Amino acid sequence: MKLELSKVVRGCRLGVLTGIGQTGQHSLEVPGCLLYTRCATVPHLTQDTLHTLSSLPAVTQVTLDSLAEHYEVLEEFKEGVRKFSGLHDTALYCSLQDPAATCPTGHITNKTVSVWGSGGRIELTVAKFMAMQAAILPDFYQSMADGETWQANTSRKRVRKAVDRTLAHLDECLILHHKTQELKQAEIFGVVEGGDIREERVRSARETAKRPVAGFVLDGFQSAAMEQDLRSQLITAVTTELPQEKPRLLQGVGRPDEVIECVEAGVDLFEGFFPFQVTERGCALCFNYIIVPDPETAGTSPPTVLESNGESPAVEKLKENGDSSPENMTQFELNLKDTRYREDFCPLVEGCGCYCCKNHKRAYIHHLLVTNELLAGVLLMLHNTAHYLGFFRALREAMAVDRLQDFKTRVLQ
Amino acid sequence: MAAVESGTCERPADMAAVKCLSSSAPLALRIVAECPVSKARACVLTLPHGPVNTPVFMPVGTQGTLKGITVDQLEDLGCQICLGNTYHLGMRPGPELIEKASGLHGFMNWRRNLLTDSGGFQMVSLVELSEVTEEGVMFRSPYDGKEILLTPEQSIAIQNSLGSDIMMQLDDVVSSTVTGPRVEEAMHRSVRWLDRCITANKNPHRQNLFAIIQGGLNVGLRKACLDEMTKRDVPGFAIGGLSGGEEKDDFWKMVTLSTDHLPREKPRYLMGVGYAVDLVVCVALGCDMFDCVFPTRTARFGSALVPWGSLQIKQKQYAKDLQPIDPECQCATCQRHSRAYLHALFKSDTAAMHHITIHNISYQLTLMRSVRQSIIEQCFPEFVQSFMKRMFPSSEQYPSWAVDALASVNITLD
Repeated sequence: MKLELSKVVRGCRLGVLTGIGQTGQHSLEVPGCLLYTRCATVPHLTQDTLHTLSSLPAVTQVTLDSLAEHYEVLEEFKEGVRKFSGLHDTALYCSLQDPAATCPTGHITNKTVSVWGSGGRIELTVAKFMAMQAAILPDFYQSMADGETWQANTSRKRVRKAVDRTLAHLDECLILHHKTQELKQAEIFGVVEGGDIREERVRSARETAKRPVAGFVLDGFQSAAMEQDLRSQLITAVTTELPQEKPRLLQGVGRPDEVIECVEAGVDLFEGFFPFQVTERGCALCFNYIIVPDPETAGTSPPTVLESNGESPAVEKLKENGDSSPENMTQFELNLKDTRYREDFCPLVEGCGCYCCKNHKRAYIHHLLVTNELLAGVLLMLHNTAHYLGFFRALREAMAVDRLQDFKTRVLQ
Repeated sequence: MAAVESGTCERPADMAAVKCLSSSAPLALRIVAECPVSKARACVLTLPHGPVNTPVFMPVGTQGTLKGITVDQLEDLGCQICLGNTYHLGMRPGPELIEKASGLHGFMNWRRNLLTDSGGFQMVSLVELSEVTEEGVMFRSPYDGKEILLTPEQSIAIQNSLGSDIMMQLDDVVSSTVTGPRVEEAMHRSVRWLDRCITANKNPHRQNLFAIIQGGLNVGLRKACLDEMTKRDVPGFAIGGLSGGEEKDDFWKMVTLSTDHLPREKPRYLMGVGYAVDLVVCVALGCDMFDCVFPTRTARFGSALVPWGSLQIKQKQYAKDLQPIDPECQCATCQRHSRAYLHALFKSDTAAMHHITIHNISYQLTLMRSVRQSIIEQCFPEFVQSFMKRMFPSSEQYPSWAVDALASVNITLD
């Protein structure tokens, strides 16, 4: 795996991660996001519906918590979760936890971490963790980590312990990794912990960077854990300590505004769970990320999203939605359950090329949501994924032409 | 008006019996082949949104969607006609909205044919507080508690708004286990309501209204209903009031009595039938069209239909079973996923249901295509024999009603 940076401006990195996968055939543009799955399936989607989406990320994220309970069959199967789940042409990254799920706290020990599957808690030692990786056969994976520092009022002592444990887990993972024949082609990302304490973040980053890892996972920054200003400061402090040539993957951050800020702090990769969360609350991503083209290049850019129908900013809609809007709904989405969409025969986003927008109207999605029909999840997941991938594509394009500030203004308008 | 056929093994059109209806109904039935032994027949039913090859199973998309499946997936499965439920769609989103969306076709973006029921069945089965009078069915809305009267005229008005290719008359439905004067009353009322429905149809030039034969399990009443309703020049007939918990011995006799007296040149739709054995037997008895929620409902509980019955994919025995649901099945699910993976996925995500739903619809449609092909190739009795052999471990397990029903149309099982 090799990161080729084409441009670094004030900490923002634009480039391509190449040589991913067993034969090195996959590459991923950064800043970018991974394809989010549960049990190796993009939520609600079959392969037919998923592949109506063009330019899917080359890397699919699988989560150990959704696969741990299937360890026995995976171990017997021997060919890894990619083949087991019927995925074909994709690279796999395996994370410990599902970024869209919250797991109970208080179960971490010096030697173990726990994940929750449908049948309850599964406790993992490093040996067990590595045996599971050998059955899952990802192309790259995070080392085992103690990331339980995100609650408010976590003590300095607890944070220090998380850093120490995570480094110890990494050393053990690395030893087993090199001994494990099945993982010969795979690569390890080391996990940077340190909660909201700058010195611990720096210590964690420095120590992890000394180990032979292929990249870094930044943990404990999830949206609920801290304000964006603090997150940006801490991430900047961390990335300063990390080697330029290795990728940095940030866990648990997905909101478009936070993504931009974190890119500015030096993050390359994000988990793609945000469209799923939006889908689960019955909402559709609708924010505008198309920057008005320069007069010189006008006419060469793709059709603009939203501009043609004079869409008013989503923020106002959110305010109008008032108390009825779903919990955690952001300014970037429309609440399709709202009665205002009952007779709205526009697509979710005018000009959007996704299967949902090309075939269906808001009124139909509204109907599917109020009648609790399964197709609502399918269509919203398709649109939200398409919109989110489009946002990342536009982000890279804006960086390429040095217009990140215009892009940011547009997204935050 | 003969339909263009894509099949290669069929008799040339000039040899086939082509009959257009006397009226100007937007429907043509071309009988492609008839079984020389039984009453089975293969036809092409041409409707406003394209041809339908019969015998046909019609999947049910109750609320304007087929349970997690996109319209493109449904089209790719080869589905030529599916159902929408008037009761549900009339409640939500309501006929006015659907009319604004250019009908149910436009609302759900389905390019092929649609059939809608009258709404009466759901009122009797879903709504406790319903009362039937000569005027119509009175019920209380489960959404806002208001009393609503559904008349034959209103049922047709809603179905006209939905714009379905085939509409069903409002009938007076009584449970098939009820006997006595109520059954007779319901039969006569259904005839009267048919006439009101015919008069109410605003779009006879683009929407076909089917009559529904009633009469419970009483031979005399069924026959009387058939006599009356076949006097009307409706484009097609349904056999109603069955598959509601009656004895199978009574069921098949009512079906065969009905097909004996229905006109050859019009389609026959057996309502609510969808189990594989029932489909094959009732094709032998002369039925052309079927619908049932069973294949899609059972899929969501993890039950996958196979030629030897069904697999309960959530059972532990499939946790390490790396075969597809049916190794011979060509559906997208079986081409890509193992029983073990589907078993695992059922613990995490709704996509597991979609996979089984796709498979089950594919199973139903493939079964009916095979039935049709065997009729065309003049080997339907042999098809039935091998179908039964595959479905049951031994001939002792053949249901006696099926053996009797098939024997009545000269198909004997070993």
